[in-house]
Amino acid sequence: MSNERHTAANDKKVRRLDIATHWQLMWWRFRKHRMAMLGTAVLGIFLIISLFAEIIAPYDTHTRNTRYLQGPPMGIHFFDNNWNFHPRPFIYGRVNKRDPVTYRLRAVVDTSLRIPLRFFTRGETYKFWGLFKSNLHLYGIDKGFINLFGTDQLGRDVFSRLMYATRVSLSVGAIGVFLAFIVGIFMGGIAGYLGGIADELIMRLMEFIRSIPTLPLWLALAAALPRDWSALKVYLAVTAILASIGWTHLGRRVRSKLLSLREEEFILSARLAGCSDARIIGRHMLPSFMSYLIVDLSVSFPYIILAETSLSFLGLGLREPIVSWGVLLYSAQNIRTLAEIPWLLISGLFVIIAVLAFNFMGDGLRDAADPFAK
Amino acid sequence: MLNLIVRRIVATVVTLFLISVVAFILIQLPPGDFVDAYAGKKTQGGVIITQEELDVMRVRLGIDKPFYHQYLSWIGGVIRGDLGFSWEYHRPVADVIAERLPLTLLLAFCTLVFTYLVAVPLGIYSAVRQYSIGDHAATLIGYIGLATPNFLFALILMYLGQKWFGMSVGGLFSPEFEDAPWTLARLWDLIMHLWIPVIVLGTASTAFQLRTMRATLLDELNKMYVTAARAGGVPEFRMLMKYPVRMALNPIVATLGWELTNIISGAPIVGIVLSLPDTGPLFINALLNQDMYLAGAMILIYCTLVIIGTFISDMLLMILDPRIRLEGRS
Repeated sequence: MSNERHTAANDKKVRRLDIATHWQLMWWRFRKHRMAMLGTAVLGIFLIISLFAEIIAPYDTHTRNTRYLQGPPMGIHFFDNNWNFHPRPFIYGRVNKRDPVTYRLRAVVDTSLRIPLRFFTRGETYKFWGLFKSNLHLYGIDKGFINLFGTDQLGRDVFSRLMYATRVSLSVGAIGVFLAFIVGIFMGGIAGYLGGIADELIMRLMEFIRSIPTLPLWLALAAALPRDWSALKVYLAVTAILASIGWTHLGRRVRSKLLSLREEEFILSARLAGCSDARIIGRHMLPSFMSYLIVDLSVSFPYIILAETSLSFLGLGLREPIVSWGVLLYSAQNIRTLAEIPWLLISGLFVIIAVLAFNFMGDGLRDAADPFAK
Repeated sequence: MLNLIVRRIVATVVTLFLISVVAFILIQLPPGDFVDAYAGKKTQGGVIITQEELDVMRVRLGIDKPFYHQYLSWIGGVIRGDLGFSWEYHRPVADVIAERLPLTLLLAFCTLVFTYLVAVPLGIYSAVRQYSIGDHAATLIGYIGLATPNFLFALILMYLGQKWFGMSVGGLFSPEFEDAPWTLARLWDLIMHLWIPVIVLGTASTAFQLRTMRATLLDELNKMYVTAARAGGVPEFRMLMKYPVRMALNPIVATLGWELTNIISGAPIVGIVLSLPDTGPLFINALLNQDMYLAGAMILIYCTLVIIGTFISDMLLMILDPRIRLEGRS
């Protein structure tokens, strides 16, 4: 009896596998990859940050806390000095005192002053996505400033800047990958589908681009941008520059897949049915290797982010008032600043975490892309 | 095989030509030219410059000529070893670069050696002891090495060096050896400074090669010939070195050219961060100042290095892998 039920359950499982769509199979396989799930979760957090940067950041990127220049991160506490527990987290206040030796004003932690943290509080007014006016923030304090990750040389809140920078850096990655994707599909599509001279030329072009050391090339291209361009224009141009070199991997993949698919019977039948070339590529070929393309996309994302960070770090990429991870690191360029304000390196930590997360997710996707493989 | 070598040489020469065109176009891209940049600087300094003076300067520098004319005169000089004149340094480009190029080459060479010395043994270890603690540690370090941008790694090392050891990590020599003549002590000082840029530049490549080595060796270890060799009683270590490791080395050698690309690509930014007296700061300053002949020469040199590297790795692969040699014959 129990044995019978067992086989019935087994049958059901088998049937479930048989009738599952390709994407379902991929998802089941992806779910098993723990690091990939972790990476995806982290990227989800990054996505939330970039979508709601205005709400999560307590201040604008240019609000200055002039009484707290180069201030170290403010710790959040639950216990005060006497180990009394406070259910509402708080920070200690800061008082400015003169250093007896250097006579410079320095902010000193005042443990007698407890400032409770408020959540979903009203604060600075901003325009959400540049559309709606609001002043709701995830957290804040009633009076004064809260700088969870400290402040920079001008007293700007590093945490807030980092939230906005996350949005910018990820968007550069997203737009860059998207552009590279389009160019890659287009060029790879022509090469793989038409073959012959077009294929030869495009392959040579890809090989040529790949043989050039990318960073110097990116640097040279970025240095060619006019200095008087607005920050937004530079942003778009830098993204386009990154994509202009990043498409070769995708192009190569598209080409090789198309070449192997071209011989398949369902393509032949589509052609016999009178489909146009564009329809065959777009409707029949692309969907059948979309999953591989998604893997390549997730893999090329971190390259673009790293490249943007490097460019901006050198002062050749994005620039103020647009802040990205690289722009934030730009101010940590020399060792003296670094020794005085090491918390500026937190943005570097964000870069590493984001790239790691993308790599893990890419690994999982690669395994999942071919759900029938062992 | 000769046929194959000749074909590779022709392809290399064509690529070099294309790269020289690209380098020249890149240098021409910035709006405005050196004269504009020069005028801007002088005007900022309070010096008044008339349009006539600028025009005279343009004619003297040959900037008023059409594009192909400028290119031909430039590339003609390059072939004769004359890379043009650096307006920023007021000296021939070849001289400026010659001072700093040896260091870049030394750095690239040391980094390559470091990469393979670390990646190959660790990769073998990781594959043979799959899922051991050492393997997991190597994988983790590899992931982080791949994810950290070079300049950030350099910054962190600099910060830690400053904080924990109180030493200056940047530069290539301690102040007391800066202008000293070559002695053993100075050489030692150089080595003590050189390992930092080498590690910074080499970590990402090492991580990548380690993963390749591990993956290919794991594939090889599952093959029948390994079992056959074991059954035949070949000692494990000897069997490992003689058969599967040799097979697994192929992709490593094949990507030598790419590794060189990566290293050359990362070198300028590391040079800037660690303030090394190599070509990196030279290149980036040239770009920022639009010192076109210098920047163009640098791009040309970087690309040439990479192409030579790729060529060498192709040749090595041909020696190592008989399949490729035979392909050329048919």
